[in-house]
Amino acid sequence: LVATGVGAKTYRRIRFILIQNRAGKTRLAKWYMQFDDDEKQKLIEEVHAVVTVRDAKHTNFVEFRNFKIIYRRYAGLYFCICVDVTDNNLAYLEGIHNFVEVLNEYFHNVCELDLVFNFYKVYTVVDEMFLAGEIRETSQTKVLKQLLMLQSLE
Amino acid sequence: MPAVSKGDGMRGLAVFISDIRNCKSKEAEIKRINKELANIRSKFKGDKALDGYSKKKYVCKLLFIFLLGHDIDFGHMEAVNLLSSNKYTEKQIGYLFISVLVNSNSELIRLINNAIKNDLSSRNPTFMCLALHCIANVGSREMAEAFAGEIPRILVAGDTMDSVKQSAALCLLRLYKASPDLVLMGEWTSRVVHLLNDQHMGVVTAAISLITCLSSKNPDEFKTCVSLAVSRLSRIVSSASTDLQDYTYYFVPAPWLSCKLLRLLQCYPPPEDGAVKGRLVECLETILNKAQEPPKSKKVQHSNAKNAILFEAISLIIHYDSEPNLLVRACNQLGQFLQHRETNLRYLALESMCTLASSEFSHEAVKTHIETVINALKTERDVSVRQRAADLLYAMCDRSNAKQIVAEMLSYLETADYSIREEMVLKVAILAEKYAVDYSWYVDTILNLIRIAGDYVSEEVWYRVIQIVINRDDVQGYAAKTVFEALQAPACHENMVKVGGYILGEFGNLIAGDPRSSPLVQFNLLHSKFHLCSVPTRALLLSAYIKFINLFPETKATIQEVLRSDSQIRNSDVELQQRAVEYLKLSSIASTDVLATVLEEMPPFPERESSILAKLKKKKGPGAVSVELEDGKERGELNGGGDRGGDAAIAASNASTPSPSADLLGLRSTAPASGATPSAGSLLVDVFSEAGPSATSAGVNDDGFLSSAPPTVASEDPAPPLPESDELLNKFVCKNNGVLFENQLLQIGIKSEYRQNLGRMYLFYGNKTSVQFVSFNTTVSCPGELQSQLNVQTKTVEPLVEGGAQVQQVINIECLTDFIDAPLLNIKFRYGGALQNISLKLPVTINKFFQPTEMAAADFFQRWKQLSQPQQEAQKIFKASHGMDTEVLKAKLLGLGTALLENVDPNPENYVCAGVIQTKAQQVGCLLRLEPNAQAQPGEQMYRLTLRSSKDTVSQRVCDLLAEQF
Repeated sequence: LVATGVGAKTYRRIRFILIQNRAGKTRLAKWYMQFDDDEKQKLIEEVHAVVTVRDAKHTNFVEFRNFKIIYRRYAGLYFCICVDVTDNNLAYLEGIHNFVEVLNEYFHNVCELDLVFNFYKVYTVVDEMFLAGEIRETSQTKVLKQLLMLQSLE
Repeated sequence: MPAVSKGDGMRGLAVFISDIRNCKSKEAEIKRINKELANIRSKFKGDKALDGYSKKKYVCKLLFIFLLGHDIDFGHMEAVNLLSSNKYTEKQIGYLFISVLVNSNSELIRLINNAIKNDLSSRNPTFMCLALHCIANVGSREMAEAFAGEIPRILVAGDTMDSVKQSAALCLLRLYKASPDLVLMGEWTSRVVHLLNDQHMGVVTAAISLITCLSSKNPDEFKTCVSLAVSRLSRIVSSASTDLQDYTYYFVPAPWLSCKLLRLLQCYPPPEDGAVKGRLVECLETILNKAQEPPKSKKVQHSNAKNAILFEAISLIIHYDSEPNLLVRACNQLGQFLQHRETNLRYLALESMCTLASSEFSHEAVKTHIETVINALKTERDVSVRQRAADLLYAMCDRSNAKQIVAEMLSYLETADYSIREEMVLKVAILAEKYAVDYSWYVDTILNLIRIAGDYVSEEVWYRVIQIVINRDDVQGYAAKTVFEALQAPACHENMVKVGGYILGEFGNLIAGDPRSSPLVQFNLLHSKFHLCSVPTRALLLSAYIKFINLFPETKATIQEVLRSDSQIRNSDVELQQRAVEYLKLSSIASTDVLATVLEEMPPFPERESSILAKLKKKKGPGAVSVELEDGKERGELNGGGDRGGDAAIAASNASTPSPSADLLGLRSTAPASGATPSAGSLLVDVFSEAGPSATSAGVNDDGFLSSAPPTVASEDPAPPLPESDELLNKFVCKNNGVLFENQLLQIGIKSEYRQNLGRMYLFYGNKTSVQFVSFNTTVSCPGELQSQLNVQTKTVEPLVEGGAQVQQVINIECLTDFIDAPLLNIKFRYGGALQNISLKLPVTINKFFQPTEMAAADFFQRWKQLSQPQQEAQKIFKASHGMDTEVLKAKLLGLGTALLENVDPNPENYVCAGVIQTKAQQVGCLLRLEPNAQAQPGEQMYRLTLRSSKDTVSQRVCDLLAEQF
């Protein structure tokens, strides 16, 4: 089957979002496809291997199997999004940053430990901003307003 | 703004997480976890009913343990119980547990669905969102069955909250992807499309993903989205940087939404409505203009957001490939990025330019950046950027710059990363062949390739250079001299020895006059490499040696000595031993004449499509790479990996069909039955057995003496074409090789191959009698109009054809424009004094110039619709003259030269194909649909065949030709 790219241009989605630290510990893994647990573990290790060898002079994009990883490092954490090769690199790169700014605001200067102790809240933040592998909401104001509202519920 | 402290709300959880973090060893961690699991288990089993808070806390701990990588085999029921809590935090943990630990436990699914149902009908937007997120995260078929009917209603209901709409849209998208058969948009379509007009930008952002997905599958139903998307885009693009408030990101208005809108438009051709199109072009121009404006912020976020839109706009411009002005502007903009200090931008510019290079409008503009790109190849630090630079050089290569580009790629190869060497080698080999004007340059290039990156030179590459040298006598002497020199290197690659052995064995005589490369010097040079080589190479060298004995009798004694040595004649490898024994015997007993016949120079190889190209495609193609990340249903959508050319690939004229015979010398198919290694053994076969393909097949084929040429025709004028010549022509519409004609005297075999608008046909005239044909003469003519449509050239054949012999004639064909008639072949000769005069139609039909085009369903029907004028269509309804065997039908349709598109027609019985007819004057895109009524009684089976193309004559002709095939 030869791809002409037409079909490939139609719609796409995020395959997974990973937050890992330099040592390879996963701080968030959000999967938008069905993988079994072994496969997930393999992907986590591969992504770590691919991303951590790169430095600031490299691009924020790496080919990964037949997809690509858009990633950005914040202090000791790598935020990685796996998307289709024809996807818009910069849109996802800024998608990551937008997400990080929301986390930063929500957790008041977010640090790695916040993600560890509040892992269940991080999932909520992700679901507000990305759903079904698509960008759901991009306005920081709107997302934070919603999170604040949820925070007030018991 | 809210700030959350460590694990607030669940102190026990925070303590547990701290404990785990304090564990000094894996063992300690496991111990702590087991203790906790025991504790939780006892709580869950205890008599005392747990309150919601405790349940939430323990379920959350279990989740944490699972996320650490430990198995969890209980707690599911407690999680499900949490779903029916009316406290948000409890519900949230319940849903999270379900989403992360999806379990196809059927009893639970029923309970979960029940809880979701309650939440969906709760009218509490928070609960509705939780439920929708759970469906979107799990997306199972059971959920689709339960909720696919409900969610569209929620999505379009007037009283639904915006945030719920956002979740509902994406939830529906997830269900549609997982179970498209269960999601029926029908009545909702128009209201969903109109979400593009929603006041809430978040709703638009979410809905547009759904609309894009649905449009790509049903473009017609959703086509009203085009004008809505254009006006939405126009409003965003023309807004001031602060107008959109919440949706302005670093002074860029709604960057993600803009990208999504531009992406949606890429599902469609340019708008037909002039006003809409004008508005869109204006948007695209504005986006290009903004790229030139001074930045409103120095932050990288600002430029990234701006450029995300720019690159998406350029993708759309390339997708349309119809606005030369925009294409050239896009190219200039990317040109600026090539030297930007941001590595990301340089990378993306190289990547994007690659697709621009395949548009006829921007190819020249891309070429002007050659120096910058070469510089990138040399200086970029990131290998992926260098890779893109190499891709771009490959894409921008044409005859005018081939030498420079190939030279740069070769010099880059010396230091290239191992990961990309093989691909680079293939690219260099393809460019060198494709743009070779003088073949000595080609030979130099390939030998350099072997020298620099021998390990990465695959069989296809070195087979190919041999094939080309054998077929072009003007380069043989040069090749012999060059390989001889290359072999002087003390350490030369084994692939060089292979090429050297083969070429000196064939053409060593051309340089033997020079005492520095006398026969013995040549032999000694080759033999000095022998012991370092693998078995297949040694086998090849032995064949070269026996050829030396024929070329240079003076080497006979030396070579026989070598063959006779124990290391050859008693070699433990059976193939080598057999060759040594047989060659020794052959050289001892055969007369010079016999030897000369057996070891004659190799005849030219039939021209065929470069297998290197096929290999490169395979290598880069989607199928070749790991597809583990794909889920079956989305295969079509994911295929973008291989071909960055996108839509433009269809128009790109340099792509050609991968030949089915991947093996360059055609050796594999003739591998001998002996246990020898295939390549060694088959080379042996090849050396001896390359006679004409039908030389031995001219057996008795008694199909009617009556049909032979009228022997009584005395006139020297070409006879009129035989009555059956149309029928003979039809036999070859879907195939390229076979016997064209046969009577008791003569058999005519055909082998032909086509590439783009060029074709080459080999005719083999076999004399079936034992008496020679004299005054044998053949002419090919193009009657009438055909003269200006086809350019046909051929050389005359020898006037004498001995009894039992076969002569070959090559015909070169160039298709200038589309045509209907076939060229005429006239054969005249005297057999026993009687003049034979036969005229036939040469099976050159317009479909031979097809280049198959793969496309997705959406694209097919979109194109189909574009070709809806009555004269663009030709249709025939006819009776099936053969059975309706699927495989036979498929084989015929593939033989036609088009791509057979699977899963495109909603009716699986039907066949649809697509291809582009390549003529010198133009390319004619052609779509085909064949609808059989296979269910009908035999005898009443009918077909309806429909052809659509941009040219009426083509539609009609292809339809006529194909209708005769079934």
